[in-house]
Amino acid sequence: MNQTLKHVRYVMSENLITFGAFLLFLGFVLLAFIGPSVAPYDPLASDTAIAMQAPSLAHWFGTDQLGRDILSRIIFATRLDFGIAVAAVAVSFVLGSVFGCIAGYFGGWIDRLVGRVADTIMAFPLFVLAMGIVAALGNTVSNIIIATAIINLPFYIRVSRTEINVRRHAGFVEAARLSGNSDARILALHLFPNILPPMMVQISLNMGWAILNAAGLSFIGLGVRPPTPEWGIMVAEGATYIISGEWWVALFPGAVLMLAVFCFNLLGDGLRDIIDPRRRT
Amino acid sequence: MKRRIFLKSMAGLAGSGLLPLEAFAQADRRKEILIVANETGPNSLDIHTVGANRPSYGVSWLCYDRLMTFGSKKLPNGLVTYDFAKLEPELAESWQIAKDGMSVVFKLRKGAKFHDGTPVTAKDVKWSLDRAVTVGGFPTFQMKAGSLEKPEQFEAIDDHTFKVSFLRKDKLAMMDLAVPVPCIFNSELVKKHVTEKDPWGLEWTKNNTAGGGAYKLESYKPGQEVIYVRNDDWKSGALPKMRRVIQREVPSAGNRRALLEKGDIDMTYEMPPKDFAEMSQEKGNVRVVSAPIENALWYLGMNVNKPPFDNPKVRQAVAYAIPYDKIMDNAMYQRATKMWGAKSNKAGGTAWPQATGYATDIAKAKALMKEAGAEAGFETTLSFDLGGATVSEPACILIQESLAQIGIKCQINKIPGANWRAALLKKDMPLILNRFGGWLNYPEYFFFWCYHGQDAVFNTMSYKNPEMDKLIEAARFEADKKKYEASVKGFIDLAFAEVPRIPLAQPNMDVAMQKNIQGYRYWFHLQPDYRNLSKT
Amino acid sequence: MIFRRLLGAIPNIIGVVVVTFLLTRALPGDPAAFYAGQAATKEAVEEIRKSLGLDKTMLQQFGYYVRDLAQGELGNSLSTGQPVIRELATRLPASLELTLSGLLFAAVVALPLGIAAATRPGSWIDHACRISTTAGVSLPTFFTGLLLAYIFYFRLGWAPSPIGRLDPVFSSPAQVTGFYLVDSLLARDGELFVAALKQLMLPAITMGLFVMAPLARMTRAAMLGVLSSEFIRTARASGLSYFTVLYTYAFRNALLPVITTMGMVFSFLLGSNVLVEKVFAWPGIGSYAIEALVSSDYAPVQGFVLAMALLYVVLNLCIDILYGLLDPRIGVDG
Repeated sequence: MNQTLKHVRYVMSENLITFGAFLLFLGFVLLAFIGPSVAPYDPLASDTAIAMQAPSLAHWFGTDQLGRDILSRIIFATRLDFGIAVAAVAVSFVLGSVFGCIAGYFGGWIDRLVGRVADTIMAFPLFVLAMGIVAALGNTVSNIIIATAIINLPFYIRVSRTEINVRRHAGFVEAARLSGNSDARILALHLFPNILPPMMVQISLNMGWAILNAAGLSFIGLGVRPPTPEWGIMVAEGATYIISGEWWVALFPGAVLMLAVFCFNLLGDGLRDIIDPRRRT
Repeated sequence: MKRRIFLKSMAGLAGSGLLPLEAFAQADRRKEILIVANETGPNSLDIHTVGANRPSYGVSWLCYDRLMTFGSKKLPNGLVTYDFAKLEPELAESWQIAKDGMSVVFKLRKGAKFHDGTPVTAKDVKWSLDRAVTVGGFPTFQMKAGSLEKPEQFEAIDDHTFKVSFLRKDKLAMMDLAVPVPCIFNSELVKKHVTEKDPWGLEWTKNNTAGGGAYKLESYKPGQEVIYVRNDDWKSGALPKMRRVIQREVPSAGNRRALLEKGDIDMTYEMPPKDFAEMSQEKGNVRVVSAPIENALWYLGMNVNKPPFDNPKVRQAVAYAIPYDKIMDNAMYQRATKMWGAKSNKAGGTAWPQATGYATDIAKAKALMKEAGAEAGFETTLSFDLGGATVSEPACILIQESLAQIGIKCQINKIPGANWRAALLKKDMPLILNRFGGWLNYPEYFFFWCYHGQDAVFNTMSYKNPEMDKLIEAARFEADKKKYEASVKGFIDLAFAEVPRIPLAQPNMDVAMQKNIQGYRYWFHLQPDYRNLSKT
Repeated sequence: MIFRRLLGAIPNIIGVVVVTFLLTRALPGDPAAFYAGQAATKEAVEEIRKSLGLDKTMLQQFGYYVRDLAQGELGNSLSTGQPVIRELATRLPASLELTLSGLLFAAVVALPLGIAAATRPGSWIDHACRISTTAGVSLPTFFTGLLLAYIFYFRLGWAPSPIGRLDPVFSSPAQVTGFYLVDSLLARDGELFVAALKQLMLPAITMGLFVMAPLARMTRAAMLGVLSSEFIRTARASGLSYFTVLYTYAFRNALLPVITTMGMVFSFLLGSNVLVEKVFAWPGIGSYAIEALVSSDYAPVQGFVLAMALLYVVLNLCIDILYGLLDPRIGVDG
């Protein structure tokens, strides 16, 4: 444990960007938890008299087309967006890597079956599949999570399957087998940690993609229901006001969304550095 | 202008061989070319086909002639609009209504030809009108509105004489012959493509034109663009000035505005009201022309079969709880005429639409809820069509907030295209925000579709009241002016008192174009009529 | 091997066909109601439903669908009335052209960046590569597209109007491949080529920006993994030149995951370019599918997904062949 902490601190100090991303991530998590209590206004309260006002002292991020405070809406949306990202990725990561590992390790018909399922999902144009699922099931938050989880599944299956496949005959696996380790133990304790680095890269991408996916769905009209604040839908709506010069309606949610996705991506990179033993010198 | 500079620079960059003088010649010919961008293009070239969308009416209007058309009039604000009281010749040079008023004889223009050179004769007119009343769906529906129902009513007396007999005296009958639906097809051409399963050749006319109108179709790429080219042999009216019209689909409203303001397109419509409001204030090269859409209303409908909306006091409470001004400002950006706040809730004349006596009064609303025994409030769903989201979404959010003040908790439901039609048909949505407009500008026409107990699809509230039906029927066929007015005022009074649907506003038809475009005319079918346009 | 692969792909395609069929039928919309139009009565809608064959049971409908499929008949789109096959044939090249251009742009920028970052890990180049590519992927494509259009077209006037594949003044080249760039060159029309290229720029850049990050990151990660391995150390110690080590030995070994990523990215782009197509009025397959989906128009959605699935099978096949060529360690199963 001490070793791990020392290593973490070493990596952090070596890699300021990762450290910065980590702080940012903590900041977002904090915002998700306590945000609603510190937000200056009610995110749903409209006040048409002050609609479309540029950022000012009263409203730091300005107001939107119905006079709602954009800063408050962004803060409240943090919880929702984070929830969507974490939930969707967790589901697909767990399911995908379990199936992918089993498929890559044992080969044979399991491998073929899992491969088929993954290929079938991947054969769909993913965004259209997500759209189809949400359109069929209804545009609620849980359906958006389900849709996002399903379309991300094949990545984990494929990557874990390939990586396990490549390593399953490696020396250390043979050694572990000879020592009497069961297949499950080998998979979980010996092989899986080795394939985590490329998976980490995938997770970091997917967390960000989950949020962007929700934004894309909102652009089409299949996002969360109004008037719920969600970064993606705020960007999608605000995008129509860029031409007329009301830049703040789209820019602030867009910047926060970008920052969050940015931070997920950078964090993934940093996590890989921590876990990959080859980086330790 | 920018194009010329850009082309010149490209010539410099790419090498002279690649940019011949043709590019400059094309730029000069721009004066006779009109470039229009819209959100959706036609999904069919024939208004008679099933599922033809509104932009396809535009194709019918331009590529096909009708017996008559409407004249124009100038409103005090300078806007030129069609005049539904003035019927003018198009294919028919003249007509004579019989003394008993039960038939009319048209004299067709000699020398009128279809696009392929075939002369237009009365048997083409008969074939076309028979088609309109037989194919079913919207076209037949629309013909019926003017009591044009059976092929027996149409008779080709000789090559250039055509007779229409009326089933009953219906003041809408003549007007109904000038709307886009009864357009004249080149029957011989279409007959070459009929099959047993498709006796009217609808499959073929969906993708091909067979008309004799002011414009020929140069090319049609569904989902992409339509290109019209002028029919130089057109005899049924003044020859259009625009030789070529390119109508392209650009889904992004923001980009359409950018294109217009940069001068890369000449005209667009169907934009968010906010953009129109802003463009009409700007001093640039863009002009916005605005006209209230006749016989049309944005409304909040309450399904009278879904308690507690079956209680008129609850409905009236809702009518007092609507944030009318906020909706007008922040959802419609004033691009509409307000339909509330009149001095009394009784009909003030026979003009339609007209304002109700309701206004935002939360105290009154709460009192009515108490009277109705609904003081505790209730939960319901407020639905709207994704297609109209630009106005509907902010309006619904404002309504949701306001209704919460009197105890009604609404969950907002945004319903995409196909589901919306199906849902309207099912009539199971308790509270909806919707828009409806009728082509023929008479209040009884509107009420016939929206309030009559026949429960047409447009009667989204499922409102059935025999007293209302009596008044509507009376107005439809009443010849005596005083009795007519009494009936109209009667049904308007009833509608306002019972208020199964709450009128919100009469929407505008806004069109944005370059300042150098002249001759725009508002038409009830809301499609642009390029025949009158010119560029200075 | 190829044949076996193709055979192996058939169950995939069947799976896709079945799932799509079920998914479209699960959509809540009623195509009969949509098709019947605004003024329809309940009876009229029922008539339409019968004429569309939608009143039959699921199994029967599926049977008809498969039978039509076997004859190469993909049905007609309800909203446009065109045969789906014809519409796919015209719209697919538009999307392919756009996606390939975007991918090319992304690869040209991202791969060298990734290699540079891997050879100097921890340096400012590494950080700059990471930050810039990540920034590109962190915004939704429609937002990037609209921003680019706003800045470069509306404000600066550098980019051409976002009005589709060609400026309205030009007419499209004679269709040979459907790729305007190729067809205009075949027709020896240089002006048209330049016009098509100009219209392609902004949307391709928008798409490319979005996928630079996975490509750069994968390149970097894979290169890092390879560069620290034994045989590279040996190669360096043996005195081989820097570039030989980098490209002949390291890069070739790092290619595997990069190619997988390119494949995944390509199919992801094809499916998700609907947003970019909407912004730039590109008449591609994505916007076609979206419209069909929203109007519960079954035939185009089914045809579209089938086409994508077939395309993906071909793509996978190519990738697997490349895999087999590049890495003998991978046992090609089945």
